[in-house]
Amino acid sequence: MTPGSLSCAGVAKTLGGRRVLDGVSIEVHSGEVHALLGPSGAGKTTLLRILNMLEAPDEGTVTFNTDAIALSGPNARLTPVQSEARLKMALVPQKPIAFRTTVFENAAFGLRVRGVPKEEVPDRVRPALEKLGIAALADRPAHRLSGGETQRLAFARATVLPLEFLLLDEFTANLDPPNVKALEQAAGESAHERGLGVLFVTHDLFQARRIADRVSLLVDGRIVESAPKAEFFEAPQHARAKAFVAGELSV
Amino acid sequence: MSRYASQISKAPPLVALAASLAVFAAGCFGPPPGPAPERLVLQTTTSVRDSGLLDAILSDFESKENADVSVVAVGSGQALENSKRGDGDVTLVHSPSAEVAFMNNGSGTARWQIMYNYFVIVGPASDPAGVRNASNASDAFTRIYTSASIFVSRGDNSGTHTKELSIWAAIGLNASTFPTAWYKSIGRGMADDLRTTFEFEGYTLSDEGTYWSIPSIGPNALGGGLFILQGGLADPTPDLKNTYSVIQLNVSRTPSINARLGERFALWITSPETAARIANYTVEGHQLFFPDPRRQ
Amino acid sequence: MAETSLASVAALSLLVSGTATLLAALVGVPAGAWLGSRGFRGRRVLQTLLHSLYGLPPVLLGLLLYLSLSRTGPLGSLRWLYTVQGMVLAQFLLILPFVLGLTWNAVASVDPGVRDTARTLGAHGRTFLATLVREARLGVLGAVMVGFGRAVSEVGAVIIVGGNIQGETEVLTTSIVKYTGRGDFAIAVGLGLILLAISLTIFAALTLLQGGDSK
Repeated sequence: MTPGSLSCAGVAKTLGGRRVLDGVSIEVHSGEVHALLGPSGAGKTTLLRILNMLEAPDEGTVTFNTDAIALSGPNARLTPVQSEARLKMALVPQKPIAFRTTVFENAAFGLRVRGVPKEEVPDRVRPALEKLGIAALADRPAHRLSGGETQRLAFARATVLPLEFLLLDEFTANLDPPNVKALEQAAGESAHERGLGVLFVTHDLFQARRIADRVSLLVDGRIVESAPKAEFFEAPQHARAKAFVAGELSV
Repeated sequence: MSRYASQISKAPPLVALAASLAVFAAGCFGPPPGPAPERLVLQTTTSVRDSGLLDAILSDFESKENADVSVVAVGSGQALENSKRGDGDVTLVHSPSAEVAFMNNGSGTARWQIMYNYFVIVGPASDPAGVRNASNASDAFTRIYTSASIFVSRGDNSGTHTKELSIWAAIGLNASTFPTAWYKSIGRGMADDLRTTFEFEGYTLSDEGTYWSIPSIGPNALGGGLFILQGGLADPTPDLKNTYSVIQLNVSRTPSINARLGERFALWITSPETAARIANYTVEGHQLFFPDPRRQ
Repeated sequence: MAETSLASVAALSLLVSGTATLLAALVGVPAGAWLGSRGFRGRRVLQTLLHSLYGLPPVLLGLLLYLSLSRTGPLGSLRWLYTVQGMVLAQFLLILPFVLGLTWNAVASVDPGVRDTARTLGAHGRTFLATLVREARLGVLGAVMVGFGRAVSEVGAVIIVGGNIQGETEVLTTSIVKYTGRGDFAIAVGLGLILLAISLTIFAALTLLQGGDSK
């Protein structure tokens, strides 16, 4: 896969009267695991949604490789360029929801939407389910899964697709340590073995330390620091970043 | 009155004033004091009601007898059935064979002919079957049959329907074998029958009263209406005669009915005075009924 | 013309109401789903208008259609008065507001998270709407059931537009009117019970279908 990037520049968004994003620029590169840290309510989820064309920014641009893809409005029809980009990235939300069908069909959803032939679907879905330890649940109604199982299903549902970018919002929130490890490993593989650009939101400093290649900090609607992991944790530049790394800024 | 008066006097003064004025006004303009009117339920047919005759003459009975007549208008068959079950105090229908059966059954105590008129055969101005030139109803129906012209039938065991079937029978035909391509049996009332006939531009048997009371399907109708091609008071043919009778119901069968008032109704409707009123009743300038009161 | 058999009268009821329901579903479900999948200005106004049509008296609809389809009316050249297709049209118009409005509600009630998930995984246009309909299928099936119920039980529209012509446009409800007018009450009640039995069977089957997916 030719290396590319998913980025935004000068993105601003006001929600409920509050300017949640105030000129944000960030870049996600292929093959890189990029952590987005910041206090809660900082606008991280909103940023992911704007990058993923689920929300329109009030200001600013979003660029997929070389194409501008920012949504122009809530009900806007996707342009051909946006439609292409849509199929190459996916967002796994903080509280994923399963469709009212089986676990298998949930995982197969994106493949079916992309017109993958029926015979090929099981060959792609089953390995993805097995990798996340939920293959045994394949024929269960998906909405009967536990929180943790649903999270794993949501991850499988996204990673089974031929994506260039994967956006994750607190993707290990409900999981016990073995499963956290498994998902972190899978996220790492997506980037380093399959070449995806992975942007993940977390409040867990330690998780960022464990698996990120690059770390950015979003505070008060702006990216105050963005650096490779080692630099970010050992030599933060911005005052807020220093405070954050020292544990003084609450997540 | 005293209970209301004490309640009114306790109410706030303005309310009391308003209430008193209302009661006073009601007293000035409302019905005169006296015994409440006696209710009479008359089971009759839709064509009798639709002719408007009852609207014109009933108030005379109501004021003479201090009565309040509730008119239930249905098919003759249903009117007689309802009466059998005691849902009416007296019945007025025009279905002689069904009436005779009703009397033989013991459901009625007295039967009086009130009046008669003539059914009409109506059809489009173009008259494809040549009904206008028929000599009588049997001849007209034969022409309709042989030309397979559209004919709409009441299909509801009403007086009109019974009459229609008797004409088919008189020329040796069984209407239940006619194909739906031209014979449209609708199971509805006279007004609906005429409207359906109008839409099909076909023929039908109707009573004169209902026909004249619906200008939108008559000779002046937009889009070309239906014309009287046989029968009617203006040009009667004996085989289209339609007699109307009132039947007093058997109180021993249905004890809850008001047999006394039913008898008063029968006497009134067959009186010479009422006969004159019936004769003077017209719709669009046409007399609809010929009074001929007699005990049956 | 011998009395039409009960079987053919019942069959015509099912044909007319079933066809009307099918057509209303083909139009109303996609349209309702589309409306339920988005917010737009004037939504409240349209919803209020739609809800007011729930109370449209069938007999009024029948009258308006009669005036249109009469040979002296604007659509008289169609010659659809007193025909099966006229009756289907009448019932289709009668139940479309229900099927559309209830589908709209059902789809609008689908969790926004589900919509975002469908979108992020690549669904758009028709596949997106189909996903929403599938998620809301309990409500959508309910909408279709309500539509069928209203159609098969009404008499006002179908008697004026169909004319209750024996052997041609007589259905169960109009037949009940006919036999009542004749005083044949036993037959009329019998027809009513048959109509109820048919409805019960169909709704039981549909409810089983609905229940198969329930929580």
